[in-house]
Amino acid sequence: MNPLSVVVRTICDVFAWFIGIFGIYIIIHGHLTPGGGFQGGAVVATMMAFLLVSYGGKKTLSFAKTGLLSAMETTGLLVFIGAGLLGITSTLFFNFLAGQGGIFGAAVPIGPNSGVLNSAGTISVMNMAVGLEVIGGLSLIILYMFKGIRLFDNASESGETGHDR
Amino acid sequence: MKKRVLFMIAVLVVVGTFWGAIDRIHPFGDVPVAPMDDYYIENAQQERSVNNIVTSIVFDYRGFDTLGEAAVLFTAVCSVLALFRKGRERQ
Repeated sequence: MNPLSVVVRTICDVFAWFIGIFGIYIIIHGHLTPGGGFQGGAVVATMMAFLLVSYGGKKTLSFAKTGLLSAMETTGLLVFIGAGLLGITSTLFFNFLAGQGGIFGAAVPIGPNSGVLNSAGTISVMNMAVGLEVIGGLSLIILYMFKGIRLFDNASESGETGHDR
Repeated sequence: MKKRVLFMIAVLVVVGTFWGAIDRIHPFGDVPVAPMDDYYIENAQQERSVNNIVTSIVFDYRGFDTLGEAAVLFTAVCSVLALFRKGRERQ
């Protein structure tokens, strides 16, 4: 896949940051607003597809670190299982951090959503862990499927081609 | 002939049981008593100190379900990696 024109690449330079920030916002506010780890991770993984389309396969694969993404995926899943297992003295997936004070332990007022970010105990930790896992996993799926079809092997060597190629 | 009779009997049994099952569905909009919903709505904010009750159900009360979803994603990544690891046509 060839890189797209300079117009598309400039738009990508501007908007890829907003996509990433919006996805991370959805992950971090998972216990306050609609959304959560899966949704925010999918949004951040969209950024990888965006870079792949606009910058072409050769350049994106040169800076995308698949080892780091794989490590993110496994770390997310392990943190998720670990946060579930740490409350095993009561039950599996017991929320042992909620309402205790300290990290993610603030008590919330009962009633409408007041937006206390430092609340919800292990739910926040699990949101971030699942977000990390989904970012790594979906980005890896996109990158490996792109590597598998190998469209960039017979692409022309010139950096910039026509407007829509 | 014998096959056809058996087929007709099987069709009658299937249609009869299906019709019976449809006949016993409770009417649409008539919600049966659901104590679990009321428990979540009344106690989730206090017990888990989270304002978003949906998140508290997904990640806490039904956390095992979410673990399964994460495992499904992990398996999908593993299978994609096994499929697309190397281009076979070149070798």
